[in-house]
Amino acid sequence: MVSLESFGLVGDAGAVSTTTAPLAEVAASNSTLRAFLHGLPGVDRVGADARAAMLSTRSIKTTAKKQAIDLAIRMVDLTTLEGADTPGKVKAMCAKAVHPDPTDSSVPSVAAVCVYPDLVATAVQALGGSGVKVASVATAFPSGRSSLDVKVADTALAVAAGASEIDMVIDRGAFLAGDYLTVFEQIAAVKAACGSAHLKVILETGELSTYDNVRRASWLAMIAGADFIKTSTGKVSPAATLPVTLVMLEAVRDFLRTAGRKVGVKPAGGIRTTKDAIKYLVLVNETAGPDWLDPDWFRLGASSLLNDLLMQRQKMATGRYAGPDYFTLD
Amino acid sequence: MSERLAVRKTYKLFIGGAFPRSESGRSYVVNSSKGEFLANASKASRKDAREAVAAARKAFPGWSAATAYNRGQILYRVAEMLEGRRSQFVAELVDADGVGVRKAGELVDAAVDRLVWYAGWSDKIGAIRGSANPVAGPYFNLSSTEPTGVVAVVAPEAGPLLGLVSVIAPVIVTGNTCVVVASERAPLPSITLAEVLATSDLPGGVVNILTGSAAEIAPWLAGHMDVNAIDLTGADAELAVTCEEAAAENLKRVLRPPSAKVDWLADPGTERMTAFLETKTVWHPIGT
Repeated sequence: MVSLESFGLVGDAGAVSTTTAPLAEVAASNSTLRAFLHGLPGVDRVGADARAAMLSTRSIKTTAKKQAIDLAIRMVDLTTLEGADTPGKVKAMCAKAVHPDPTDSSVPSVAAVCVYPDLVATAVQALGGSGVKVASVATAFPSGRSSLDVKVADTALAVAAGASEIDMVIDRGAFLAGDYLTVFEQIAAVKAACGSAHLKVILETGELSTYDNVRRASWLAMIAGADFIKTSTGKVSPAATLPVTLVMLEAVRDFLRTAGRKVGVKPAGGIRTTKDAIKYLVLVNETAGPDWLDPDWFRLGASSLLNDLLMQRQKMATGRYAGPDYFTLD
Repeated sequence: MSERLAVRKTYKLFIGGAFPRSESGRSYVVNSSKGEFLANASKASRKDAREAVAAARKAFPGWSAATAYNRGQILYRVAEMLEGRRSQFVAELVDADGVGVRKAGELVDAAVDRLVWYAGWSDKIGAIRGSANPVAGPYFNLSSTEPTGVVAVVAPEAGPLLGLVSVIAPVIVTGNTCVVVASERAPLPSITLAEVLATSDLPGGVVNILTGSAAEIAPWLAGHMDVNAIDLTGADAELAVTCEEAAAENLKRVLRPPSAKVDWLADPGTERMTAFLETKTVWHPIGT
């Protein structure tokens, strides 16, 4: 039986003290995983909501806002995950990812584009040596309801096509049924199939019901080898929320202290305005710390957000309110 | 029994069909023509103007796609609701302009008639502005009118009700949506008109009314890249120049302030409608 104390976990608001106990052994069986995950301190739902709400009242103006906007642009994973996606649309999106505002060369490129596996090759070709990465969803996205073989093959397909980041979905059915070992093994298998590609694990927090489950799923994904944990697919409502992201940021902070490995966070879905994006940046700074304020460690999965960031940027540069007519449609 | 306390109101803005306070939290005192306290009104900021433009833009696709018949019916309905509040408008005009009760009644009646008059134009303006054009080829060549888009309106300082109705009705009857900066000195009739509009089947966001300083808000609307046209009827000479310069940046349509004092009781003509219309011409091949 793996107890909380052996990992130095204390019940003080979820803080985890520094210790380098081998986390690998918690995955020995479903019962050890269960004991560990259920031994994590519970999340104070009211407290998390209140803290997220309090942090979102910060006023970020003028030069700080300018920096925040540019940082947010650099953190965007420009996403298109529609059944109607065509190579033409992906090429257009890639052009936008490299030069978000063609009239202003001082606008930085976004972090990555995120597409379905069959369009990875198109995106890789369109992005060339621009430095913008190609992320691909995989593993029977968005439901994750298929066999492990299919999920691994899906991942291998995307990696072979040139994806440098894989966004996998966890099996929420297995997770909610308490079959943590299955989820763990699937993540580990997909991680192995990724090779050198980064693995982002989508928890789909909108289907996990409680913040306690979000914390457990975050730890489970990180122990299994995730490089990033991501809130949602964008196909389920509610998608990313501030309190859920707060819980996940606490998890990565504590995981770094416990296991000595740094994991990134990506909220995705429902982030549409510059104001929202800046709230997330404040949350990152105040929860995980400024070390995470970098596109390597924090991403914003979004599509319409980019235009709002560009409009706000233009407003700050020209002093006049910008209109959507002057930016490309996604 | 003690004397009853007066209810001292602070009126709010009208944005997207709702009545929010100014984002800035500011208000200003509205006095009658004799200098007595009437009420407080919200003093809109540039951010309220931005929200109003967003609301007007959101309302535009639905309103411009509504049938002319439907838009006309809604304007008739506004006229009916305005008529129902006749006594309130009369009292407000007496306070604001210092006119007599009889004159105020005439002005309210004229405002009702003005709405009915413009309502009738909804399905007829196409007949005088559209045309079938003779062309040197086997084509039907048809020109038809389309609304310009989101129109910013600086309402006249004089004529707080009739002037206001006379600048709003021609803009919206053809399918535009608008953001109106009401008379700064006498905003109360505009707020009551907002209450009329809110209960008249007019979709939220088609008309947005801001109270406060035109000199402060109008230049932001003139410079706003998502505003398609601006009506400077209520702008003074200095403000009009500032706004025209800002409006040039994205080639807004500009309706300049009138050169002489306007008699709002006179026949308005169709100019205010046609100022905010675009012409679409279609070439259609005939036979083989």
